[in-house]
Amino acid sequence: MTSVRTIVYDGLWKNNQALVALLGLCPLMAVTATAINGLGLGIATMSALILTNAVVALIRNHLKTEVRIPMFVLIIASVVTVIELLMNAYLHELYRVLGIFVPLIVTNCTVIGRAEAFASKRSVHHSMLDGLFMGLGFTIVLLLLGAFREALGYGTIFRQAELMFGDAARHMVITLADDFDGFLLAILPPGAFMGLAVLIAVKKIIDKRILQGQRIIKVQNVQRVTGSNAPDIL
Amino acid sequence: MKLNTPASPHVHGDTTVRKMMLRVLLALIPAIIAYSWFFGWGLLINATIAVVTALGCEYLMLKLRERPVNFFLTDGSVVVTAVLLAFCIPPLAPWWLTVLGAAFAVIVAKHLYGGLGYNPFNPAMAGYVVLLISFPRDMSIWLPPFILSELDFSLPATLNAVFLGVFPTGYTLDALSAATPLDLIKTQLSIDVTIAETKSAHAIFGDFGGIGWEWIGNWIFLGGVWLIYKKVISWHIPAAVLGSLFTVALIFYLKDADHYASPMFHVFSGAAMLGAFFIATDPVSAATTPMGRIVYGIGIGILTYVIRVWGGYPDGIGFAVLLMNLAAPTIDYYTQPRVYGHKRS
Repeated sequence: MTSVRTIVYDGLWKNNQALVALLGLCPLMAVTATAINGLGLGIATMSALILTNAVVALIRNHLKTEVRIPMFVLIIASVVTVIELLMNAYLHELYRVLGIFVPLIVTNCTVIGRAEAFASKRSVHHSMLDGLFMGLGFTIVLLLLGAFREALGYGTIFRQAELMFGDAARHMVITLADDFDGFLLAILPPGAFMGLAVLIAVKKIIDKRILQGQRIIKVQNVQRVTGSNAPDIL
Repeated sequence: MKLNTPASPHVHGDTTVRKMMLRVLLALIPAIIAYSWFFGWGLLINATIAVVTALGCEYLMLKLRERPVNFFLTDGSVVVTAVLLAFCIPPLAPWWLTVLGAAFAVIVAKHLYGGLGYNPFNPAMAGYVVLLISFPRDMSIWLPPFILSELDFSLPATLNAVFLGVFPTGYTLDALSAATPLDLIKTQLSIDVTIAETKSAHAIFGDFGGIGWEWIGNWIFLGGVWLIYKKVISWHIPAAVLGSLFTVALIFYLKDADHYASPMFHVFSGAAMLGAFFIATDPVSAATTPMGRIVYGIGIGILTYVIRVWGGYPDGIGFAVLLMNLAAPTIDYYTQPRVYGHKRS
């Protein structure tokens, strides 16, 4: 049975939609030139995931299997339209920066993927949790990639924070290097590919370290069977 | 009499990677001297920085990848990469630019793809293109040849400029720099000045290309011909690159000489010579079948012309080589020669 712990672990790490499933890479690469853009789109995607997962899970017993995909798309499109209108109203500047990528959340494979693979089979609250943590995992990757590219490309982190948090957030900008020309490659498309590759590589290294640690523990537990300790082990 | 016959092959070629790379470096020496004669110490300083960085990065990556360090470090391939990269960097570029380019070339373009023999792209050009698109301003500040400028850049002055960004009193980098002939023609054409007018108004043009540039081209050509004679490279790629560049340029030149530069100008300007003989012929990233090499070379020539004339950059060799590197496996696949005794597949 799905436990809350597995949902959290799957969403944030084991089945991270950006680093492992490699879904939704188009917006991921296109908007992450700055950390704030990444965060904005990440949160929008996360809200879409939570809401669509909830709705799909609610109606899962009434869905005809043959038409479930069009139904998912309809639900996702309605939810994303709501989010888009809300962003247009309350985060207008950020909405203008993100441009086409907010409505394009409709086509983000993560959203339809979770609806099909998870929400159409599980209870409402588990589905919402799954949406939350899948979305959170995706948002963290967007934020990390955005911060990485922004630091190399502009020498700052959280520039234009006012787009998201209002004028009070202007002091959030962390300037790493004054008078920095900028490594343009990082904020151009190749930087997105390389940055994502670096993140995936780092995740693999960490996974490998964890695996090695587990192996050592397992090896330590192996004992040789001899005449004297055989009754204890066998 | 007992005859000990070892297993075949019985005749060995005397070429090793190290020997090949040494010959390439040897062939570059005349061009390096000519370059330094016309443009000062910049190239030698850049080359030194690039070689040191490249060797350091090579050592680091070999250690990380647990490969035999001495064997690969002394094969010279990384030195060739570094020197070719130094040729593409402006003489007074700040030192970190060269370091970054060389590090990218060796770490990303070479070792992340598996090291010597596995890199799909020419490392020197990958490093150069990264610098070109990341730091367009620093990468476009070239010097006029010394015969045309009153200032003589001594070794200490060049070192100051490269490492500290300090220039002789009364001069700024912008005032010292001059557009390369290719760049000048391009910018002048964009404001409707014909090529003939540009050439008569500016003193940097020589017989074929720019003063200085065309002489470097000559020496590169000689070095390249020596490489062909020594069978380090085959004639196919240089002939195809220069031939196609010349032909395309000739067609447009004959059509409209006011707006399209002469074929000789194209062949002797920018990195055409260096690209044709030393960069496109990289045995790892180029096509390998004889027919494939010709197709590959023609592709580079045409792309270079297209980028020079209609593209956003004054020279296009770097992009053209990388694009054709991408196509090289496919070209090889479709141009496999017929094996004796087999039907053409």
